[in-house]
Amino acid sequence: MATQHSQSVARMMMAPAVILLLGWMLVPLTMTLFFSFKKYLPLRGGDLGWVGFENYVRFVSSSSFWPAVATTLIIVGGVLAITVLLGIALALLLDQPMWGQGVVRILVIAPFFVMPTVSGLVWKNMFMDPVNGFFAHLWRFFGAEPIQWLSQASMPSLVMIVSWQWLPFATLILLTAIQSLDTEQLEAAEMDGARPLGRFWFIILPHLARAITVVILIQTIFLLSIFAEIFVTTAGAFGTKTLTYLIFQRVLESQNVGLGSAGGVYAIILANIVAVFLLRVVGKNLDA
Amino acid sequence: MARATTIRQKTITTIIAWTVAMVIVFPILWIVVLSFKSEGDAISTPMKVLTSAWTFESYAVVQDRSDYFKHFFNSVIVAVGSTLLGILVAVPAAWSMAFVPSQRTRGILMWMLSTKMLPAVGVLYPIYLLFIELGLLDSRTGLVIVLMLINLPIIVWMLYTYFREIPAEILEAARMDGAGMRAELLYVLTPMAIPGIASTMLLNIILAWNEAFWTLNLTAARAAPLTAFIASYSSPEGLFYAKLSAASVMAIAPILVMGWFSQKQLVRGLTFGAVK
Repeated sequence: MATQHSQSVARMMMAPAVILLLGWMLVPLTMTLFFSFKKYLPLRGGDLGWVGFENYVRFVSSSSFWPAVATTLIIVGGVLAITVLLGIALALLLDQPMWGQGVVRILVIAPFFVMPTVSGLVWKNMFMDPVNGFFAHLWRFFGAEPIQWLSQASMPSLVMIVSWQWLPFATLILLTAIQSLDTEQLEAAEMDGARPLGRFWFIILPHLARAITVVILIQTIFLLSIFAEIFVTTAGAFGTKTLTYLIFQRVLESQNVGLGSAGGVYAIILANIVAVFLLRVVGKNLDA
Repeated sequence: MARATTIRQKTITTIIAWTVAMVIVFPILWIVVLSFKSEGDAISTPMKVLTSAWTFESYAVVQDRSDYFKHFFNSVIVAVGSTLLGILVAVPAAWSMAFVPSQRTRGILMWMLSTKMLPAVGVLYPIYLLFIELGLLDSRTGLVIVLMLINLPIIVWMLYTYFREIPAEILEAARMDGAGMRAELLYVLTPMAIPGIASTMLLNIILAWNEAFWTLNLTAARAAPLTAFIASYSSPEGLFYAKLSAASVMAIAPILVMGWFSQKQLVRGLTFGAVK
């Protein structure tokens, strides 16, 4: 087993990674905390002194706070619902025997590899543009009035764009989980006369529970910090300002660093709540 | 699967699956088509788009007008550079955690993962400020460092899960045969670790290539990788569908190809080994 010597070598080997991550975490975090208690306007007077919890109070009492919370919840909730439900359906479909299974899988996964700025702009212009977009042409072909997607139906449009990006992720993980299911169990159930729906409900779904949890938690972490998709499509207009986007605007656009930092602290706390659950699931697997 | 499926069933499944797949991938196919059209044709009705003449002109225009390959090159340097640097730091760490585990290993792994969950926007200003102070704003060096740091937890985790799969008996056998520490590392462990390291690199190049928070906020004209360059099309002048399509196709093509090779690693890397 590990000797005293190898333990100290191990510590040395770990040191660079640990020190780098510790610095990456502590330095900016301390600065954010520091700024959050200050009135700090780099372009309008700079550091104007300590203000206690004023930024924290102002951030949540500003008129854009609750709409941003609602927007964030709609995006996270909407995308989760769509990707998990369609992901389960797609994973079940892709698990069936068919011709060209490998190619179909590759096609379904493709959107995940499209960079967020590209998918945002392609959807915005080539599909959702009310004059020249694909949907506009399609609507006109059927004699309907084209929809002003990103202004009149901004939230559904955004949820659709982001779901398109994340559906492959959910599908791929759920498919991996389905394929690890013991087929003998399914066959036994079939022989005992279990109908397809029963097999799905009592065998497949419980087997998928863990993978679904992982998908939900990981996506929540990423979806809470969605940025580029909003940046290139609506830039936060038409009620698409999420908490992340609101903080970004406070910090970089209006350069109200104190206020934005207080918002940042809220965002960190929120992400940590989700992270605790995710880490618990991941940690369980570490013991196995 | 052992269950018998009739040809009929299989045919129906095939048709449904292919239809769904085509719908999902359609936006990508569509920009490929548009990228080979003239700007005038690219905005006409889908039927006209398909029947109009094909041309390469957009690809040439994108390069001429905006020095596309400078940004492409920035992406390559930032993605590959941050991955290599990350591997350099992560291999020893993952190695020691997998082969010389202590009571603290688990805690350290979990803590590393938790740093990945820190929302970027929460530390945006500090990083921005540090970048100004250190002269790193709009530099590739700065981006390489930041992207290395944000992906380091994933790199360590993936490597750790791969290294843990190397059976300890092999090491014991090598030691019995009189292999020293050096020989053990060089001839026994390294060959077994290379596939895992390669997969980790592949996934991380993809993640770094597509990263679009720090690349958008920390770069301007000089160091902008493709993510940031393409964002400049959000306030375009004149007709631009064909140009945007060409720029997009070139930006996503290399990553699509790599992504198809890395499906398995994707699951492992992004679920931190929780789904296998």
